[in-house]
Amino acid sequence: MAEAQNIPVGSTTAGSIAVAAESTVATRMSAPPSFDVADFPVPHGREEEWRFTPLERLRGLHDGTAVATGEGVKVEVEAPAGVVVETVGRDDARLGRAGTPVDRIAAQAYSAFEKAGVVTVPKETVLTEPIRIAVHGQGGVAYGHQVIELGAFAEAVVVIDHTGDTVLAGNVDYILGDGAKLTVVSVQDWDEKAVHVAQHNALVGRDASFKSIVVTFGGDVVRLHPRVTYAGPGGEAELFGLYFTDAGQHQEHRLLVTHNTPHCKSNVAYKGALQGDEAHAVWIGDVLIQAAAEGTDTYEMNRNLVLTDGARVDSVPNLEIETGEIVGAGHASATGRFDDEQLFYLMARGIPEHEARRLVVRGFFAELVQQIGIADIEERLIARIEEELEASVG
Amino acid sequence: MATLEIRDLHVTVEADNATKEILKGVDLTVKQGETHAIMGPNGSGKSTLAYSLAGHPKYTITQGTVTLDGEDVLEMSVDERARAGLFLAMQYPVEVPGVSVSNFLRTSATAIRGEAPKLRTWVKEVREAMERLNIDPSFAERNVNEGFSGGEKKRHEILQLELLKPKVAILDETDSGLDVDALRIVSEGVNRVRETGEVGTLLITHYTRILRYIKPDHVHVFAAGRIAESGGPELADKLENEGYEAYVKGGASA
Repeated sequence: MAEAQNIPVGSTTAGSIAVAAESTVATRMSAPPSFDVADFPVPHGREEEWRFTPLERLRGLHDGTAVATGEGVKVEVEAPAGVVVETVGRDDARLGRAGTPVDRIAAQAYSAFEKAGVVTVPKETVLTEPIRIAVHGQGGVAYGHQVIELGAFAEAVVVIDHTGDTVLAGNVDYILGDGAKLTVVSVQDWDEKAVHVAQHNALVGRDASFKSIVVTFGGDVVRLHPRVTYAGPGGEAELFGLYFTDAGQHQEHRLLVTHNTPHCKSNVAYKGALQGDEAHAVWIGDVLIQAAAEGTDTYEMNRNLVLTDGARVDSVPNLEIETGEIVGAGHASATGRFDDEQLFYLMARGIPEHEARRLVVRGFFAELVQQIGIADIEERLIARIEEELEASVG
Repeated sequence: MATLEIRDLHVTVEADNATKEILKGVDLTVKQGETHAIMGPNGSGKSTLAYSLAGHPKYTITQGTVTLDGEDVLEMSVDERARAGLFLAMQYPVEVPGVSVSNFLRTSATAIRGEAPKLRTWVKEVREAMERLNIDPSFAERNVNEGFSGGEKKRHEILQLELLKPKVAILDETDSGLDVDALRIVSEGVNRVRETGEVGTLLITHYTRILRYIKPDHVHVFAAGRIAESGGPELADKLENEGYEAYVKGGASA
């Protein structure tokens, strides 16, 4: 049911399947979830949830020294008719319903933000155009909170586009009513010095479908924590991710799908390419199937393509099962070097080396790029992949 | 007329922290329109010859020359050799996930021909070539060699041979692992290319079976890293009856 393979190229891949008593997902966090930053000790770096993260490059987000500057990020929301876009205060009852901060930075963000964004798609409203949220960094420190809520049987696509330079910590709540369908594309196209740490909480209603596509290219440190829980049976979650980690960049994606109700599905697929010295990608894929979640069907997969020496991948899939009454559960992780035999085969057909590399890397990402389904984002993504590859060849 | 000339070719490979000489002075001339069969026992260096000519980085040329129409092939990169007119049909074609056959063929043809083929004629050209090789049209949308059966991989190699029209085609054990029907289809493809008279063919094989379908002009027996004997088609008949035993012994004592 599980498969874990590893070609060591300065990488680690560890996989485990645990049963009830040896819960690792719960016990490896330093403190229980809380909205209050004071409930979390300042991490020192050896904790399970922090051990891959370069704390010294977080610019103080983890220890309380990063103070919001008031001009951290500019947020612009472009929404089709029928969508309600609001900016609300801290006491708004709609905040924090999809999940509770699980680590010190998420709690810091929840304790420090001043205004939150709330985007609501009323029930049975089916949008034909995406909602676009542009988050542009302006050089300062910012804490944010964003809620995206779909009423019952509403359907929407949301693009959250992060650009510019900032030090940002935030929480994003996705709340899906019964039978709702939400696709979110979160693009991290930051300038090279940006630091971005965020927890994404999705609460998937009965028979609702949630699809998340996380695309991470830029930034000095990006650490995202997408999490899914279900509010009723019949829900589906698809979590896709692409990252292209360059020299010196740290890009970390930590996922948790908690199957807490029966007959839900989840499918996780993240793929990354790495190149250059000290490029570091971390992927943690946790799936927890609780005792009540009979009929669960889940699969998680991580693939990494290492293009040059000096890059490092840590990939840790982890599946924890408290009931045997499930449809399926599995995980796979593999990290491989760029394959010289593929290169030889393509070049032996007259294709020059840089073009052959481009074909292979585009091919590697193709199945995930196709999942996006928004032409301008797909084109931009392909263009960014080409840019990254030009840099590596040149 | 295109001519591939191999002179005194010595090739080594690194294995187990040691350098091992696999080719020990190969001499061979292949002219456009000719078909040469290279036959030999396992481990004699036949495939090393094929991959060395194509420029695989695993092999080091320590001595000798290879020229195509007087141009120094050994100075060329792998893709330059292909564009100069060398084609290697591989024994174990490589899977390239995420790259479709149609994209691959068009990228390759664009590189070899020096310009992108006109879309309309290209589509027709590919479709007809696929029909001749009994390849299902859905094949074009599959990823290169991914999940292909042994026979499909070999037919895909010959499809490329037909589309790329090289000056010299090296077929490395294209017959191995094929049943009789697949062997016939693949051989017909090779023969169509040969009948144009514009390709020199170097047919590397362990078995005489394929020579019933593809008639060679010259047969060479390969043993211990060099050509041990050359002759006409009758040499294949002799091998069919007597096997490689005489050459293996000779190689061992040499």
